[in-house]
Amino acid sequence: MSTPTDNAPAASAAPKPTRIPPIVTLDAKFFWDAADQEQFVGQKCGDCGLFTFPPRPMCPQCFSLNRQIVPLSGRGTVLGWTIPRHPQPFGFKESPIVAVIQLEEGIRMVSNVVGIGYDEIKADMPVEVAFEPTMNNHKVPVFRPRV
Amino acid sequence: MTRKFTDAAIAGIGQTEFSKASGRSELQLAAECAKAACDDAGISPHDIDGMITFTIDNSDEVNLARCLGVKDLAYTTRIPGGGAAAAATIYQAMAMVNAGLCNNVLIWRAMNERSQYRFGQNPQQQQMQYQSGNGTGSLLWCVPYGAMTPASWGALQAARYMHTYGVTNRDLAYISVQQRAYAAKNPAAWFYGKPITIEDHQNSKWIQEPWLRLLDCCQESDGGVAILVTSLERARDLKQPPVKIVGATQSIPYNVEVISNYYHEDLTEMPEAKGVAKRLWAMTGLKPSDMQMAALYDAFTPHVLLQLEAFGFCKPGEAKDFVKGGGMALDGALPVNTNGGLTGEAYIHGMNSMIEGVRQIRGSSYNQITNKTVEHVLISSGMAGAVLEKA
Repeated sequence: MSTPTDNAPAASAAPKPTRIPPIVTLDAKFFWDAADQEQFVGQKCGDCGLFTFPPRPMCPQCFSLNRQIVPLSGRGTVLGWTIPRHPQPFGFKESPIVAVIQLEEGIRMVSNVVGIGYDEIKADMPVEVAFEPTMNNHKVPVFRPRV
Repeated sequence: MTRKFTDAAIAGIGQTEFSKASGRSELQLAAECAKAACDDAGISPHDIDGMITFTIDNSDEVNLARCLGVKDLAYTTRIPGGGAAAAATIYQAMAMVNAGLCNNVLIWRAMNERSQYRFGQNPQQQQMQYQSGNGTGSLLWCVPYGAMTPASWGALQAARYMHTYGVTNRDLAYISVQQRAYAAKNPAAWFYGKPITIEDHQNSKWIQEPWLRLLDCCQESDGGVAILVTSLERARDLKQPPVKIVGATQSIPYNVEVISNYYHEDLTEMPEAKGVAKRLWAMTGLKPSDMQMAALYDAFTPHVLLQLEAFGFCKPGEAKDFVKGGGMALDGALPVNTNGGLTGEAYIHGMNSMIEGVRQIRGSSYNQITNKTVEHVLISSGMAGAVLEKA
């Protein structure tokens, strides 16, 4: 396990990101490294083809250690969502919309839905991936409404 | 010693006062509640031979045994999963007694969860300790998105269920009001003498909009609770009416995790509680209608509904109507959390509601069920459960 430590300065014009960066474990490093490059990837079993999330070293279906890092479509739907009001989440000037995203590949992850009002978020709405910066010059995948 | 199957029973329960600032160490709280449980049973703490707690309890077995003068400890273990572990402590204690390996098993949980640290606070930076033994990936996969507290993880877990069955926040108020009504009559409870109304609930601030208000959330508490488990045969000769542990189990189905539980197939149900129910009913030969009371882990009110459905007290989506119709009340079909629960009494990580089940069987609750004999009580902490029986 490691914590991101690269501290390259952000562009001086942009406001400094205040979002907490992820804790990066060895088994999930590929996911966060790709996000830093604005790439949205997932883990697929190299033998039986099963997608898994959260990432893990062994395929739970065929026990293969042969994992492939593959691009994901970035398309999904909102399965459930909440707006954290109290305490105000650290690093967020306004409460984010936190959601469980059902991805096309059949896996799920927690993320944010951005670019949408609190009264516009709805269960099952289609979304697509985007990226937002964090402290320490990292990025995380978030989702915005998909037409 | 000769090893043969030995029925297990709860012979003693003990607790400290529940507060927002205990003013003493967690180890002292642990020692005090452990001593109280031994006194309740009429067993010398010197004779404890097994000790069980949660992985995240801060008191060391050796240090606690030193306080209690434990002569020769034969067994220790800790259960992962935070509050989900609560009923699994009874499971382990039962198994050790059943196997003839221990005679006096102490279960304890003691914490200064309000004055010393608070589970409900935001982490301020990414260097928070992520450790195994908590059964949750929430720190890894939720925190960067502003879901930083148990309430946020719990709300996200409940959201799909509430959306699917049209459960509104106002529906949850009936749970909150009933449990505070119980707490209002329980001198140990934070809400003692302070019943609330539906409007009080609806006027309390949003914690997680539009799912959880302040009064849907458990307390943050300092305190300790202990349980002493021994053989049924021995318990019959001790101070209190024995409470038999007729069955206990744990269930962690595939892709289930603690609280940030979004990866299993159907997010409108609680598969871990369904797994516990399946094993418990098979193990005991009992069924939901055989229970006169239930202590259900209520960190947040929606999880009471999910457990009522998982254990078969209600059909999927119908628990909200059960609750609204007074099903949880003393004269209802299934009185639930008659101590006030974790929302109304205190948050000692589920342990305080479990010992309320013992009191109901003994007939010593401040909200005693009187319209029927309490023969069986269900204890559930979601990932584990137990059925207690009047012996």
